[in-house]
This record gives sequence, C-alpha cells and structure tokens, in this order.
Amino acid sequence: MHCRIDHEPLESDALRSAMIDRRAGGFVAFEGWVRDHNEGREVVALHYEVHERLAIKEGERVLTEALARFEILDAVCHHRSGDLALTEMAVWVGVTSRHRAAAFEACRYIIDEIKARLPIWKKEFYRDGDSGWVNCVGCAQGHAHHAHASRDGQSRG
Amino acid sequence: MKRVTAEYFAIFREQAGLGEERVESNAATVGELFAECAVRHGFADPRERCKVAINDELVAWETPFAEGDLVLFFPPVAGG
Repeated sequence: MHCRIDHEPLESDALRSAMIDRRAGGFVAFEGWVRDHNEGREVVALHYEVHERLAIKEGERVLTEALARFEILDAVCHHRSGDLALTEMAVWVGVTSRHRAAAFEACRYIIDEIKARLPIWKKEFYRDGDSGWVNCVGCAQGHAHHAHASRDGQSRG
Repeated sequence: MKRVTAEYFAIFREQAGLGEERVESNAATVGELFAECAVRHGFADPRERCKVAINDELVAWETPFAEGDLVLFFPPVAGG
C-alpha cells in the first residue's frame, strides 16, 4: 500500500507489474487522463499543484480505509504534479483482490475519495488563452466573464 | 494578539499575490483567521469548500491556533 506524487510521466506497465501477486485473482486499475475539454471549454494543457506531504498522508489514509472496507490484497495510488499535456495520465489507482467484485468497488472508492480529499489543485489552460483553477471561484486574471462562469459552476458543487 | 505564518495555495496564492505571510490576529479559531485573510485578499471561495491545516495536520475550522503556528489555507481541491 502506498500513495506517491510523481513529477515524471506515469507508465501503466511498470505500475501494473509492481502489483503482481500470486494470491490475486483479479486486478483493477483506473487511469485518469488529461482531456481536451471541460465545462464546454477547449482545454490545451493542465498544471497540477500538490501539497506533497499532506497529499501522501491523506492518500495513504484513503488506501488504509479501502483495505479495511473491502476484501482486497493491495491498493496503490500515483498522482502527477506539474505541467501535463493532453492525453497524459494524471492519476493511477491499482487494486488487487482474490475475487473481482471487491477490486472494482475499492478502486471506485479510492479514486472518488482522492479527488475529494487530497490537497491537489488543477489549473486548466484554454484554447482562447484564458486559464482557471478548477472548482474555485473567480479567476486569477480577473476576466469578468470567467468569474461569472465560475460562480455558476460553484453552485453546482 | 497572536502572530502566525499563513500559507496560501493555488488560487489563494494568486489572489493574495504571495505564498505566505506573517499575520497578527485576535481571532480565536483558524476559521476566524481565514475570514480575516479572505477579506484582506479577496478570497471568494466559501469556507465549507476549503480546508485548513495547522503545522501540516488537517484540522476543523473551529480549532484554535497558537503563537508561532504555520496555518495552511487550501482552496477547493481538484485532484484526478
């Protein structure tokens, strides 16, 4: 069980190989990728800011919860920090279990909790040259139209 | 009057124009301290969507702070 913050591209094959376990009958992984749109805007790149010490601590708390709640053998999470291009992997969650159901459930639990709880912030850069922090109110550049859009977004939770 | 170091991240750092600052306050809790910093720097995100840590431990908004503490203010997170 571990949570890591990575500054280099995540490699699925290496992450998967590290989890191989003779007791395991199943392995479930979730990969979060950088997509080219969000909230109707064309995204060209992302920047992740991470408070690493607290992110690792909270991430390992999430993995420990998953190990206690579900019948799984191991759970691992990696999250990128820094600048990411479209299609790059931003987050990887891997879970092994004796039987598949627990691995699916635990993997879903872990990615949902990681998104909600870890001190990680995502700044999107848009085709039109604007940028903004996802889930936050207002805009660092102070563009009025963007501040308004963010307030609407915030009310959706 | 207590003196602490307040540290800001992501949009809070950009809105404040600095990553950390020395703050003097009569606030009783980190929640009250956040309200003071939010007014001063124009933070718009509601407190219930933000998080706070004292000396690298996440705490509740009702938590008191001590002279010399490092108080970290986290805007709404967006991992994944």
